[in-house]
Amino acid sequence: MSAPARVIPTVAETTSRTPRGTLYRGHEGMWSWVLHRITGIGIFFFLLVHVLDTALIRVSPEAYDAVIGTYKQPIMGIGEIVLVAAIVYHAFNGLRIILVDFARWAAKFERQLWWGVLGLWVVVMLGFVPRQLMVIVAELTGGH
Amino acid sequence: MTADTIVAPRTPAPRRKGVNLEKWGWVFMRASGVVLVVLIFGHLIVNLVMGEGVRQIDFAFVVGKYASPFWQWWDVVMLWLALIHGTNGMRTIVNDYVTHEGTRRVLVWALWIVAAFLILLGTLVVFTFDPCLGVTPDSSLWQMCQG
Repeated sequence: MSAPARVIPTVAETTSRTPRGTLYRGHEGMWSWVLHRITGIGIFFFLLVHVLDTALIRVSPEAYDAVIGTYKQPIMGIGEIVLVAAIVYHAFNGLRIILVDFARWAAKFERQLWWGVLGLWVVVMLGFVPRQLMVIVAELTGGH
Repeated sequence: MTADTIVAPRTPAPRRKGVNLEKWGWVFMRASGVVLVVLIFGHLIVNLVMGEGVRQIDFAFVVGKYASPFWQWWDVVMLWLALIHGTNGMRTIVNDYVTHEGTRRVLVWALWIVAAFLILLGTLVVFTFDPCLGVTPDSSLWQMCQG
C-alpha cells in the first residue's frame, strides 16, 4: 500500500496566517479542543492528590482533618473556583463532543454548540462563584 | 521513519483481527463521561455547595456519608470511572506528543500503574473504613465508639 507522502502546504495555500504544521487552523473547533486538553490534564492531577488526601480517613481523624483543613484556606478556596471552572467546561464540552459524534444536526452546528457550552459554563459559574466567595469569607471571619 | 513516509490523513488503517481496544476506549470515554458528569456534579453539590461548603468537610462529615452504602458506592464508582477516564485521556495526550517509542511506552505504563494503585487504594479505603479506627479519648467520636 503506497499512499502519497504528506505535502506540507505553502503559506499561500493555508487558511491561517501562520502555518503550524498541524491540521488545526484556529476557530471554535481548535480552542474547544485546546481547552478540553488543558482542563483534562489539570483535573487528572487534582484527582491523583484528591484520592490520596481522602485515603487519610483510613489513617486517623487527626491526619485527615489536618490535610483537609488546608482546603479551607482562602487561597485554596480560589483554587476550588478554578477547579470547578475546569470541571464544568470539561463536562459540558464533553457532552458536546458526544452530541457531535452521534447526531447529524450537532455535527452541523458544532460551533454554535460550543458557544452554548461557554454560555452554560458562565451560568453555572455565576451560581458557584458567589456561593464559594461566601464560604471563603465565612472562613476568614470565622462566622457561619 | 522520516516525514516522507507519513501516510496521508484519512488513509484507511489495515484491519486487524481481535478486539479493537482503541474503539472500546473511544466508547468508554463517552459512556463514562456521561456518568461522570452526574456523579461529579452531585459530588460537588453535596460537598462544596450545600451546607457550609468546603468548611463542613472533616472526618465526622465523611463518617456521616460513609455510614450509607449509597455514598460508598457513589464514591467507588466515581473513583473507578474518573481514574480510568483520566488515565486514558492522559494516554491519548502522551501518544500525541511523545515521539520516542521507548519513552512513550514507559509513560503509558506509569500512567496505568498509578491508576491501578489509586483505584485499589481508594476502593479499600471506602470499604474497610471504620470511624472508630484510631479514635483517641479527646475525639468527639470517642463516646460513640465505646460499645
